[in-house]
Amino acid sequence: MKTVYLDNGATTIPDASVLSLVQKISSQEYGNASSIHHMGVQARAVLEDARKKIASSIDATPDELLFTSGGSESNNLAIKGFAFANKNKGNHIIITKIEHECVLNSCKWLQTQGFEITFLDVDKEGFVSAKSLEDAITPKTILVSIIHANNEIGTIQDIPALYSICKKHKVILHTDACQSYTKTAVSSNFADMITLNSHKIHGPKGVGALYVRKGIKLTALIHGGGHERNLRSGTENVAGIVGFAYASELAFEKKHVQKMQSLRDYFINEALKIDATQLNGATGKNRLCNNVNISFRGIEGESIIAMLDLDGICASTGSACASKSLDPSHVLMALEDDAERAHGSVRFSLSRYTTKEEIDFALEKLKSTVQRLRKISPISRE
Amino acid sequence: MYSKEILARFKEPKFAGEIEDADGVGEVGNVKCGDIMRVYIKVKDNKISQIKFKTYGCVAAIASSDFLCQIVLGKTLDEAIKTNAKDVIAAMGSDVPLVKVHCSVLAQDALKKAIEDYKKKGKKN
Repeated sequence: MKTVYLDNGATTIPDASVLSLVQKISSQEYGNASSIHHMGVQARAVLEDARKKIASSIDATPDELLFTSGGSESNNLAIKGFAFANKNKGNHIIITKIEHECVLNSCKWLQTQGFEITFLDVDKEGFVSAKSLEDAITPKTILVSIIHANNEIGTIQDIPALYSICKKHKVILHTDACQSYTKTAVSSNFADMITLNSHKIHGPKGVGALYVRKGIKLTALIHGGGHERNLRSGTENVAGIVGFAYASELAFEKKHVQKMQSLRDYFINEALKIDATQLNGATGKNRLCNNVNISFRGIEGESIIAMLDLDGICASTGSACASKSLDPSHVLMALEDDAERAHGSVRFSLSRYTTKEEIDFALEKLKSTVQRLRKISPISRE
Repeated sequence: MYSKEILARFKEPKFAGEIEDADGVGEVGNVKCGDIMRVYIKVKDNKISQIKFKTYGCVAAIASSDFLCQIVLGKTLDEAIKTNAKDVIAAMGSDVPLVKVHCSVLAQDALKKAIEDYKKKGKKN
């Protein structure tokens, strides 16, 4: 059975040329980048070259970029590291109701440590309003963290507008750009701290980065030999980082975004022709170029993706049945208090390798799956 | 996460559908939880002579509905009402994921309601 992989929001297939570079660097530049012998110096050189490339891709300087193990670690470091280092300035943090779990749960944990968290509402398409952010800021507010492009529904926030509110009130803004990096503009002009990662852009897993504007103080979460300017100890994953930089170079080609966007719109238009469906998230340029998220009334998402999987199609769902907690997606529920919509949501996330043939195959199977499941559903939609 | 047996039954359920002139109908669950099961029965000589279900829910919910129907078909009402989650899970042939056990219990609740409905109707007649 052929695999049709439409879960690129979860992770992507590593690009073959990236993988061979990672393999080459792993065997050739195996030195510890902290060592002073020539193998260490060589490893340091390729590492710093990668840092320079990724930093310049977001208009930052290399000394503002830290490497981590991935998006979750970067988000944890940005939020908890900032909270601990700046608690003398205030104990209030503002995030939204549609953050990734690693931001949400970092903040929920900070609540147990004496911090106060505001969870901003979003509108029906998943946008945070600049006014609601401004209204939530108090003299105790030290940090705002808002996801740039949402991983489930693909809505891209107007981060520059939100940043100007933060600057006006002298509050630091962090944004999680794991989904948006290379797919829409991400720049150090948009926020004070930015999370990036590698495996969403056809790079190796286990590598991420955090941009931290000069002058911002963080407390390290991992202590040790003082790597990454004392903020993230641990021998650098040189090969992975080099692979990350190369993956980002490849991903930045403009034609990829255009291709994904036109396939996305084709997919959405065709899927919405199925009866009793609705699109979740924003439309047009304010939506991630590779994200399709549709709710199907009267049927449940885990059943839909399990049925599609029997035909080789990989997708994901915001249904409670597919979550460990048995709660439906907090993102879908933040859009509207409509459990049937959340349970019946399916995300298809494309990549630059996705073809029209794959989309047509997925659409065909999607139509028959929805028909079959609706036929046995007690919630009548006829 | 699911065994082949469960997926096969989910894909091609043997008892999915409805009985228009059912002797008893039972429904449990709600949209909020993401599971609704409706069971239709026909009763002859105090035995379940025909049974169908309609389920809104996950793979485990649909497959367990189908297995329950298979287990109780032909049984007396007293026997059928005693069917429990263990019987359904055993019939499913292999380990049901722990988080899915609750879905596998719902089908019996729907069956119990269908039997109650049948008994209530009988009293009216």
